[in-house]
Amino acid sequence: MHIVVCIKQVPDSAQIRVHPVTNTIMRQGVPAIINPYDLFALEEALCLKDKHGGTVTVITMGPPQAEAALRKALSFGADDAILITDRAFAGADTLATSFALASAIRQIQKNMPVDMVFTGKQTIDGDTAQVGPGVAKRLDMQLLTYVSKIVAVKPEASEIVVERRAEGGVQLLKTSLPCLVTVLEGNNQMRFANMPNMFRAARHPLKLWNREEAGIADDDIVKIGLKGSPTVVSKVFAPTPKSERAEMIEVESGDPKDMAVTVLSKMFTRFPAVEKEIAKRAR
Amino acid sequence: MNEKFDAIVVGAGPSGNAAALTLAKAGMKVLQLERGEYAGSKNVQGAILYADALEKMIPDFRDDAPLERHIIEQRMWVLDDDSFVGTHYRSEGFNKEPFNRYTIIRAQFDKWFSAKVQAAGALVICETTVTDLLRDEGNRVVGVQVDREGGTIYADVVILADGVNSLLAKKADFHPELEPKNVALAVKEIHFMPQEILQERFNIGEEEGVVIELFGKITQGMMGTGFLYTNKESIAVGVGCMLSDFKDQKTTPYALLEEMKNHPSIKPLLAGGEMKEYTAHLIPEGGYKAIPKIYGDGWMIVGDSGMFVNAVHREGSNLAMTTGRIAAETVIDLIKEGKAMTAANLAVYRSRLDDSFVMKDLKKYREMPEIFHSNRQFFTTYPELVNRSAHTMLHVDGVDKKTKEREIFSSFREKRSLFGLMGDAYKLWRAFR
Repeated sequence: MHIVVCIKQVPDSAQIRVHPVTNTIMRQGVPAIINPYDLFALEEALCLKDKHGGTVTVITMGPPQAEAALRKALSFGADDAILITDRAFAGADTLATSFALASAIRQIQKNMPVDMVFTGKQTIDGDTAQVGPGVAKRLDMQLLTYVSKIVAVKPEASEIVVERRAEGGVQLLKTSLPCLVTVLEGNNQMRFANMPNMFRAARHPLKLWNREEAGIADDDIVKIGLKGSPTVVSKVFAPTPKSERAEMIEVESGDPKDMAVTVLSKMFTRFPAVEKEIAKRAR
Repeated sequence: MNEKFDAIVVGAGPSGNAAALTLAKAGMKVLQLERGEYAGSKNVQGAILYADALEKMIPDFRDDAPLERHIIEQRMWVLDDDSFVGTHYRSEGFNKEPFNRYTIIRAQFDKWFSAKVQAAGALVICETTVTDLLRDEGNRVVGVQVDREGGTIYADVVILADGVNSLLAKKADFHPELEPKNVALAVKEIHFMPQEILQERFNIGEEEGVVIELFGKITQGMMGTGFLYTNKESIAVGVGCMLSDFKDQKTTPYALLEEMKNHPSIKPLLAGGEMKEYTAHLIPEGGYKAIPKIYGDGWMIVGDSGMFVNAVHREGSNLAMTTGRIAAETVIDLIKEGKAMTAANLAVYRSRLDDSFVMKDLKKYREMPEIFHSNRQFFTTYPELVNRSAHTMLHVDGVDKKTKEREIFSSFREKRSLFGLMGDAYKLWRAFR
């Protein structure tokens, strides 16, 4: 069984700072971490490997510094790691990113068929949750999003059963492999790497793939990086924190009726339109 | 599959990085273990980088090291409650390359330093804590045990560069628990400030920086000093006093720093800044007499763990780098000569340190901690007297200068008596000689 886990190196949002003058995110000095949702995905993949054997390959698209994220994934027990890095990828939005990742996974498949692709449900810096589905579509794989639990994988039947969090409940879904799974938070905890794996991760020869090696032809340059990204960030600004305070409404009599009247009159003072609308309908 | 290395370096601060780099460059098989998430993630310093110690290992460090500003002006302020008397030394000589010292931000600098160590060929593994030293039947240190499964690792020599509060050295019984009178507790804040405002405020250009050393009433009678350094677009401001003093006075470090920041001479320098970072750290300031045994069978101690800090001149990271380098050179020489890492052979490390500025400087100030511990007038009475004298002389009120001089002298005599003054002068001479 071969699982490819897509990870992304993101700035630790808990420690992020906004430049007081330019309003841009100050990445300098902000530690980079593996997107937390991707860690849940990686741990799920490693658990399946523990159970069924097989290979876990970790890939990421990013600048050379993303090497640290891949080495960390290796230390947890991933077998191989590929860094897809090329200036041509810079400025990619989710459309261009999923095109590039799908292309790279196709290259991986040439050496070893891929049974499953795991990703986190979304990244904490983009929050779009689009790249996973985008990759699945391009690879023509079954897509399972918001998976809260992998119930069973039956390699011989080429089948997977998962629990998926949906509005108002949990769905129990079964589908055939190959498939792409986007994993939710909190259903496992990343293991503590052992020392031999730490040594292996530090010494592992990392594969660096440029555009050609990721299988992207010259004709497709327009589909990656900034050129392939229809999303435009026109402005970045820090939200101004709202400091409205809650108001305690008390009625001396303690009578619910008085209470209701007080609350309504306060509401109507603030939103006169509501009062008008109610009065109109009452007529 | 227990790995064996020529040397294991515990810790990735300045001393550990210096040791690992020097060893790796000489082709030794080196493992460096760091408990933080990355080199520098747990490290705190003012921070001033003295070029010399680093230059000896990385001559072209200026090309790519993350440096903030080179220092062109040093101010020394003696503060009373609402005033200061100070000396400023500013020189165009400090503006001539190669620059002598820089402000740095350690989290960035240490990462850079660590990258150099890795590029030189050392194996650097972070997020891994050494829990114990391994010994053979003869009690010789032969490796380390880490907090991970399968974490028994062997080496010919283990270099402890694990910082001021070296739990490992304590556990191994290389030295006893730190004494509160031998460590300072320092707190520091970084205040963000737009570059143009900062440069205008301190009268400096694009790359130039200022250091202000603060001394006197701000430490509220405790033995310690404050500081203010200019970074590229931030100001580092902090204060440190002996841990024993904090304990006795029941003062909290953050309250002390808060008061210092509100001193009328300091407040305007920070005005408009935005506090971005708060850190605290212990500094080993016991001086020469507090230096523990720094080598033994299969082990060596470098940097803060060995008390290598010159509190008087605010030098620490350069001593750390130098001790790390010299320890590594000792190991390299012994390996080349085919000698074992026994205490007798490693004694060369100590003698080389004795011949270096590290021990010479620390020895020069060996009496200082004791003298300052027992003579608090230097932190209270004198700053007050000096400030009042300045005030008396500069306040024009119709009183003639001769009378003012007499007034000043009698204020000194009243506070310290003639005998006391002479005694204090002698003590100061002893402390600095």
